[in-house]
Amino acid sequence: MTTHGTPDGAHTPMNDEHGSTAVRLDQGHIQGTGGIPAQFQNPGLPPHVERMSDIDPKAAKRAELQVASMFILSILGSLACLVAYFVIPTHQQIWIPAIENGNLSHLAIGLTLAISTFFIGAGAVHWAKTLMPDQEVVEERHPLHSTPEERQAFARALAEGDAAAQLSRRPLLKMTLAGALGLFAIPPIVQLVGGLGPLPGDDLSTTFWDSKYWTNGKAPRLMRDPEMTPIKASDVTIGSVFHVLPEGIMDSEHPLDEKGKAAVLLMRLHPDQIKSQKERDWGYHGIVAYSKICTHVGCPVGLYEQTTHHLLCPCHQSTFDVTDDCKVIFGPAHRPLPQLKIAVDAEGYLIAEHGFAEAVGPSFWERG
Amino acid sequence: MSTRTTDGLRAGDSRSAATSSSSTKAGAIAGWVDDRTGLAKGARYIMSKVFPDHWSFMLGEVAMYSMIITLITGVFLTFWFVPSAGHVEYNGSYIPLKGVQMSEAYASTLHISFDVRGGLLIRQIHHWGALLFVVAIVCHMFRVFFTGAYRKPREINWLIGTMLAMLALIEGFAGYSLPDDLLSGTGLRAAQGFMLTIPVIGSYFVYFLFGGTFPGEAIIPRLYSVHILLLPAIIVGLFAAHLILVMVHKHTQYPGPGRTNENVVGFRLMPVYTAKAGGFFFIVFGIIALISSLFSINSIWNYGPYDPTAVTAGSQPDWYMGFADGALRLMPGWTEVSFGGFTFTYGILLGSLVLLPLVYVLMGAYPFVEQWITGDQREHHLLERPRNADTRTAIGVAAITAYCVLWFAAGNDIIATHLSLSINDITWFFRILFFVGPLLAFWVTKRICLALQRADREKVLHGRETGEIVRTADGRFYERHEPLDEYTRWHLVTGEPPVALALDSGTDHNGVRRPASKSERRRAKWARFFYKDNIPPVTPAELIAAQHDGHGHEAVAEIESGETTSRH
Ligand code: HEM
Ligand code: FES
Repeated sequence: MTTHGTPDGAHTPMNDEHGSTAVRLDQGHIQGTGGIPAQFQNPGLPPHVERMSDIDPKAAKRAELQVASMFILSILGSLACLVAYFVIPTHQQIWIPAIENGNLSHLAIGLTLAISTFFIGAGAVHWAKTLMPDQEVVEERHPLHSTPEERQAFARALAEGDAAAQLSRRPLLKMTLAGALGLFAIPPIVQLVGGLGPLPGDDLSTTFWDSKYWTNGKAPRLMRDPEMTPIKASDVTIGSVFHVLPEGIMDSEHPLDEKGKAAVLLMRLHPDQIKSQKERDWGYHGIVAYSKICTHVGCPVGLYEQTTHHLLCPCHQSTFDVTDDCKVIFGPAHRPLPQLKIAVDAEGYLIAEHGFAEAVGPSFWERG
Repeated sequence: MSTRTTDGLRAGDSRSAATSSSSTKAGAIAGWVDDRTGLAKGARYIMSKVFPDHWSFMLGEVAMYSMIITLITGVFLTFWFVPSAGHVEYNGSYIPLKGVQMSEAYASTLHISFDVRGGLLIRQIHHWGALLFVVAIVCHMFRVFFTGAYRKPREINWLIGTMLAMLALIEGFAGYSLPDDLLSGTGLRAAQGFMLTIPVIGSYFVYFLFGGTFPGEAIIPRLYSVHILLLPAIIVGLFAAHLILVMVHKHTQYPGPGRTNENVVGFRLMPVYTAKAGGFFFIVFGIIALISSLFSINSIWNYGPYDPTAVTAGSQPDWYMGFADGALRLMPGWTEVSFGGFTFTYGILLGSLVLLPLVYVLMGAYPFVEQWITGDQREHHLLERPRNADTRTAIGVAAITAYCVLWFAAGNDIIATHLSLSINDITWFFRILFFVGPLLAFWVTKRICLALQRADREKVLHGRETGEIVRTADGRFYERHEPLDEYTRWHLVTGEPPVALALDSGTDHNGVRRPASKSERRRAKWARFFYKDNIPPVTPAELIAAQHDGHGHEAVAEIESGETTSRH
């Protein structure tokens, strides 16, 4: 469009070539001549239309009865709710199609409560709509801002306060007060933050597999989760997957915290399916162990597709290729899952001779 | 004063005045209170305040009521819930979990669900109320946005609303994490994962917040005090300020006959609005109670206690966290760099800790950006119809589209399995859609708005189509159009003309031409972008012309040709 009227909202004068009736319609805000207003005028409130209940006392009475019945319904709902609470035993189950939770007490209390509350509301709204005045009222708006005098008075009061306190006159007070106010909040904040938690130290880079957690100097066995039984290399058949935890983890001080870092998945592949020499070396006859904690944001990677040898994280679908050192082949994770180097002890059980060579789980700044 | 009100009491303070002015008991109590507070004046003022009526104004009310319901049921829950990660063996009446090791938080939530009579109902009302709270806030925000209700003088209330929306989300997430079931723990684990990606201080931040290693035993009690004390206090405080500002500004209204920028047309708080709004509280309560009794949400007993090694397939957060989850899924994995022994995972950081506040910062900033573009410093108490503010509406729809793409991306696995598509393809589709979708949405919305504007013009110029076909004497057919009455017409011709920019007045006050500054020119460009397609409302002169002009057919043709030529 070419014209919209000039900045202040005034209207473009008509083109000469057009008469007073043949107005160009594409220009907007065109002023006609001959006393035609520039814009339509607000016609004012439309005439009020009376409701049935305003004219007909019978209709009004009917409305009153309707409202009262809704209130009575609510009263009945509340009473029924009380009865349901006291009469129905807590564990009574019933079966209702399409409803997952068939606890009778829950259903009865809930439905009666719904009736008790809903019909108060329905009654009140119906009352307002049928019996209360429905003629719209007009209230004027007033400018929000204060008058210039009030603003000046405010500025004066501020200036007088400043003068009385001699704030501007004594910069020393101003500066020291600002300093004191600026600093006083810091000690409480330091107290709060300082008391919150231990420093991370190397905690994120260690797991319960590390030698510092070994009991009597023995490398921990790989244990089935949750049975906590050791695993013989011969138990691990091709295609199977074991959820594994380090031996002794349940006796640690905070088993959940340790599990969140030390959980491992154990799988067996045909050695010649394995594409990475390091993976083969750190495994045992095609048995490989990888951290179960996703390198994305830390969900347990728990879905193993036997045919493709892919590990899938259920949280955001990062997919790791077990045949290729658990590199990411799809999804938002960046790093491969760390591998746990395993061996077999004298009795034929799988053990981990070292902890992980790198931090498990999500990335963080100083992980390297 | 024509009628005696209770504040008549103040005048004499004599016993007889008091008794005569308040013959009823309620009056006597009111008099007692007013003698000590002087509240009657203010209360009367508030009771007679006028509120305009429109269904879309109820969205904010729904938010308010679901918040109140959530607050009340939350207090109930505190009486049984034990905010502790301390370990216990479950011994309650839910058989499948008997003997299982779990946290006290989880055990007490099971206790509420199975052994406190009506306890499950309270939990369900709390959770459904929380969901409705967030939904209602979002819908309320849409209403405010698309009608331009945030314009001067209501920018502060828009900012407060933005903060409320964000806090509601965080409050909901904190609550969702409390029961310490498998899903809530998995959500917390992800949150811990993205906090770890904060550059330099990530691990410190996490260890301070969680009191050490994840999950630790500190996070549940800490989240508890955030959930039941800190955030509710801030939310209630902001909400009070929000309401007070609504009172101070007086509610906006849709344009219509008799409604102007200088008045409010509606019903008084007492009795009509009290009855309608108060009644509406109970309606919302009733509906939440109904849903809560029929549809189970967060059946934590099915998930089991949190265990960092237990796998949850198809785990989904509460709906309002979906967009952040989707952003994490779409972010490609190469968004991590390592240098000199440090790792910076900017992708995850962007998709989570940056995205969430960014959404709210953009939202909060919008009114100010628009004001800068339009140069509009007037007070606006009349709402705009979304179609008439085509660019704003299109921007809004584009933003919603981007949000929805992320939200649907959070279900990429579900979509993949249900439609038997490759998840790789779906993820790529969403990645591209995230950039293309909003542009497309902008364009389409704008076209629709302009078409509606044109249709409005048509209707004013030629009246309503009656569906009656009339045959003229010379054998031509045309449809009879009935002219609009002035009340109907007014809806289609109101609208404040845009404040165009004072750019071309490139003269200073001495009348010397000065070149427009760079920022002014930039602003003018944006203003053109904002207004260029807008079709101004019909003027009386145009209507007269159209009526004179043989059913106005030529005139219409002229509009259209005029438009096409000027657009080239
Ligand atoms: C209006 C803001 C609030 C929102 C959005 C909210 C949201 C939630 C959500 C989603 C849950 C999980 C419920 C579940 O188990 O399925 C929850 C739990 C809980 N909330 Fe709130 N809440 C709010 C306010 C409050 C307040 C004010 C209190 C207490 C004064 C409270 C106390 C609790 C308690 C004790 C729990 C754990 C018990 C349980 O999960 O059953 N909430 N909250
Ligand atoms: S946590 Fe595994 S993909 Fe996100």
